[in-house]
Amino acid sequence: MSIEQPRGSHDLQQSESGEVEHPERFENPGLPPHRPRLGDEDPKANKRSEHQVVVLFVISIIATIAAIWGFFAFPVDGLQVGNVRMSTLVIGLGLGLGMLGIGVGAVHWAKTLMNDHEKVEERHPQRGDDATRAEAVDIMREGVEDSAIARRPLIKGALGTAVAIAPLSFLVPLIGNLGGDWDISKFRHTAWASAPGGGRRYLATDPTDRRIKASEVTRGSMVHVQPWRLEEEENFLEEKTKAVVILMRLDPKLLKEPEEKKDWSYDGIVAYSKVCTHVGCPVALYEQQTHHVLCPCHQSTFDITDQAKVIFGPAKRPLPQLPITVDEEGYLYAQSDFHEPVGPSFWERER
Amino acid sequence: MTAATNAPAEKADPRLAAAADFLDTRVGISKIVKEFARKIFPDHWSFLLGEIALYSFIVLLISGTFLTMFFVPSMAETHYPTDALPVTMQGVQMSEAYASTIHMSFHVRGGLLMRQIHHWAALLFVGAMVVHMLRIFFTGAFRRPRELNWLVGFTLLIMGLLAGFSGYSLPDDVLSGNGLRIADGVALAIPIIGSYVSFALFGGEFPGDDIIPRLFTVHILLVPGLILALIAVHLFLIVWHKHTQYPGPGRTQKNVVGFPLFPIYTAKAGGFFFIVFGVIALMGATMSINSVWNYGPYDPSVVSAGAQPDWYMLFLEGSLRLMPGLEVVIGGFTLSLAILIPGVILPGLLFTFLGLYPFIERAVTKDTGEHHLLDRPRNAATRTALGAGFLAVWFVLIGAGANDLIATHFNVSLNLITWIFRILFFVLPVVTFLVTKRICFGLQRKDRELALHGHETGRIVRFASGEFIEVHQPLDEYERWLLVSHDSPAPLQIDPPEDANGVARPGYKKERRWQKLSQFFYEDRIEPVTPAELAAAQSHGEHDELPATEAHEEITSEDSAGQIEARTH
Amino acid sequence: MKALAAGRRHRLAPVVLMTLALLFTGVVYAALAPSPAQAETPSAGEVEAGEKLFIANCSTCHGMNAQGTDHGPSLIGVGAASVHFQVATGRMPMDANQPQAEAKPPQFDEAETQQLAAYVASLGAGPGIPSEEQVDPALGDAANGGLIFRTNCAMCHNAVGAGGALTNGKHAPPLYDSTPTELYEAMLTGPQSMPVFNDATLTPDDKRDIIAYLMEQREPSPGGFSLGALGPVSEGLWAFAIGMSVLIGFAVWIGARSS
Repeated sequence: MSIEQPRGSHDLQQSESGEVEHPERFENPGLPPHRPRLGDEDPKANKRSEHQVVVLFVISIIATIAAIWGFFAFPVDGLQVGNVRMSTLVIGLGLGLGMLGIGVGAVHWAKTLMNDHEKVEERHPQRGDDATRAEAVDIMREGVEDSAIARRPLIKGALGTAVAIAPLSFLVPLIGNLGGDWDISKFRHTAWASAPGGGRRYLATDPTDRRIKASEVTRGSMVHVQPWRLEEEENFLEEKTKAVVILMRLDPKLLKEPEEKKDWSYDGIVAYSKVCTHVGCPVALYEQQTHHVLCPCHQSTFDITDQAKVIFGPAKRPLPQLPITVDEEGYLYAQSDFHEPVGPSFWERER
Repeated sequence: MTAATNAPAEKADPRLAAAADFLDTRVGISKIVKEFARKIFPDHWSFLLGEIALYSFIVLLISGTFLTMFFVPSMAETHYPTDALPVTMQGVQMSEAYASTIHMSFHVRGGLLMRQIHHWAALLFVGAMVVHMLRIFFTGAFRRPRELNWLVGFTLLIMGLLAGFSGYSLPDDVLSGNGLRIADGVALAIPIIGSYVSFALFGGEFPGDDIIPRLFTVHILLVPGLILALIAVHLFLIVWHKHTQYPGPGRTQKNVVGFPLFPIYTAKAGGFFFIVFGVIALMGATMSINSVWNYGPYDPSVVSAGAQPDWYMLFLEGSLRLMPGLEVVIGGFTLSLAILIPGVILPGLLFTFLGLYPFIERAVTKDTGEHHLLDRPRNAATRTALGAGFLAVWFVLIGAGANDLIATHFNVSLNLITWIFRILFFVLPVVTFLVTKRICFGLQRKDRELALHGHETGRIVRFASGEFIEVHQPLDEYERWLLVSHDSPAPLQIDPPEDANGVARPGYKKERRWQKLSQFFYEDRIEPVTPAELAAAQSHGEHDELPATEAHEEITSEDSAGQIEARTH
Repeated sequence: MKALAAGRRHRLAPVVLMTLALLFTGVVYAALAPSPAQAETPSAGEVEAGEKLFIANCSTCHGMNAQGTDHGPSLIGVGAASVHFQVATGRMPMDANQPQAEAKPPQFDEAETQQLAAYVASLGAGPGIPSEEQVDPALGDAANGGLIFRTNCAMCHNAVGAGGALTNGKHAPPLYDSTPTELYEAMLTGPQSMPVFNDATLTPDDKRDIIAYLMEQREPSPGGFSLGALGPVSEGLWAFAIGMSVLIGFAVWIGARSS
């Protein structure tokens, strides 16, 4: 059980005082001796490895053939979902096993049959030696000298400016066209202002586009609303993005309505923008018992009884309210557009 | 196997020789072979993480090419055929992009497979880049001379995120449409130019008709082109610098120990490509992903519970979810801090820190040497702890991005979970930093202990004097080298604030600031064992060795601790 | 359900569906007026048996005459559909005061549930239990149902009906195991946090289309294992749990020395 002396202490020196002096750090002992693998010494193991590699490659061949068979065996032009599933599965398994067979076989070959003696290669520092550096500096200096740029600052200035602004004739047309008409005042208007031609804009169910009677909106219910017959108009998706509304009926006693908005609701029916004031997801999770509306994207929660004010989450502003009323037949329509821009905040919003 | 033209010694296949000769006389292939074919690469599993990313990218290119043959990048309105699968889409109004995505899933053989392979490969591509980057970070592989390659890799990660997000949005389904809507909301929050940025993205008002074709070009041309170019630079620099290696016997800063490119790495790395492709293909064959026909065509009034981006964007989603509502109006202009802080500033800070970290560390350590030997993470305690703290922030944000799923699956209140994450966001990184640092020191001490006293053998021995010892097995020199070879840098030393004449030294304050930072990194430290310490430990190491002379009785493991106790008392 | 699944793959299925879709469009306009769901009139004996069950099991919270107490709301006028939904899904009787009543194995069999429903319905008019035909998915249009479902239901219940979170510990349950009748009743009566979708908001045909859509969603995914259909988060988890760990496993194998 004696301890072998570390290599680092081979060069122990007897100092004058007679004490043993140790080097400051250990010395690198060098590469450890090579340990042979099973296959290096046992020809049987070697042969076995060879067979395994071959089997793996053969598995790959079979799998590829299976994938090709799968392509023809499961046509997907009909209405059989089962064929889609089988086609995906069989082609995929064939492809996957085909690849895995090649890969595992090649690696197994490298690991068990190829030479596994580690080799050493020298590194050289990235930095050039002093002579090379001096030479490089001279070359550059000579080039600069030849160009005479240092003595002609006017050329330098003119060239610099020309190169700096030349991309503008590419960038200005590109960026200038990206934004279409750049009319950002569109953020302020929605399709609720009026129907095309100036008539009343009725509320309709989304996506079935049926007009809604006030009597049909019972307590506890919620209706997803879009402007009636919007689908037939231009820029349908852009307009729908801004105009979607949720409609709920509450006990009128629960509603906290400021004086100037008293007539924006109708008999406990209120309509609020469905576009979250945070980043614009549709806020649509209405809990009919608590009268809270939740946005599923970032969980901003709005209280419908209290002007849709934010009670939780990252949104800051309440949902804009759409003033509504009923016509002679009892159908709900918008008194006017929203009185503020809907959706996420933007720089010019308050202007 | 050298392809030299004048190598009569080898009995080469004449056709092979002719081919080699053709190449050599055209491009001097013999010189290239001589230079590179036997280049040495060190062997370690963690060096293959980057390869997973590379191979996933190749799988992305292959499967992506397939998809472009059948995808129509257009937002024009169409109606899905009434005689095609799936039943739930028959006759539904949708965009060409969505219709073609659904159609290729159900009516192109292998179409759904390729879509699923493409999406799984995308998740793994970014995932492997992240894991690879962690390996580089924690082992200090980014140090001189590799700082620039760190930046290249960092840019690749950003490009990977861009590629992912642009591709995710292409099918024009409800989920990705809401993702774009959120991107629009974040763009709108940018001060001064926000509204115009939004218009520029969408060619007018959201959603417009332009975003899908534009993203298509970004996704299949611009970003992959940049990624390919950056990968070329990345790989060139790896070859140029030669790969780093873990410390170990025989390995130094001046050499590289491993196996030659040809044939070992040709087989191993080449084989690994097929393995990566195979695994992704098997995933695509058996695990459904992004079943867009379930989400439905984009409609601005539709949203689904569990509306989340792919995992690599989840940290952004989480930071948006955690932020409380904050918005100020200055001079009539709206500044939406509730979006700016979590959506722009926080990720900006995190990514800047990540990108600049090698330069920060170098400035602190004033390190001038080249580093080709990696650090064991425990031996760079502060760096490891910083990385762990960074990861803690990232995981909190990811968790917050999934807070609704956590709420339903673990039966907790959504509001409570959000508050927990809000607190964890500040607390967890600090705790993680401190704990990780302590763990690193603990491991270092254990290394010291091991280097000084060797392995415990479990053999208990009693001497005639009644003393019990456990016999230790000393390390051999190769094993010891691993534990004692690292450097333990000391904090920066600076000159005193005043010179010999008592005059205040200019520049002292600046140096003092660097010193403080350096102390933050290196003040707590544990030196590796020196030969002198080892000798000292052995000289009074009667507890470690078994003196041959003394009479003793060995207690075998059978007669257990109870007996020992009995004898001691 | 099996027969339906088999039938849908029939050669004539698209024709049948098309005919149904055409029929549906006509019917929607013809039957715009809300038609209250009607079940056959319960017998006096049923009502009486229901009353006994009610007094024994429900009156503690809802009062002896279902007039409501501090612990539970009045049930007068909620209708048979509501009672049938709550009791048949095991939500009522509730076993503890929770943020919301959770579905659990029902305490009463179908006959007893019908009796309870009959008793409560006798106290005041309300929505009745839907007929077999009203909830038959084979008669619905899954594509139209999908459209309506996505706008009206997916934000809470998820695009495939996997469920989702609400505020303060409440949640929208998964719809995978609900019977067509329960689905119809839930829409009609708006249990707990769920809003009411009366016959004007969603016509009986709309409701049946939604049911058809949800039944269609229960078919296995054509892409393989559905992985919970929870979207990108679960996909990300699987990418790491399976893809990344298998690949790292292979990397370790490649890097390890062969024995």
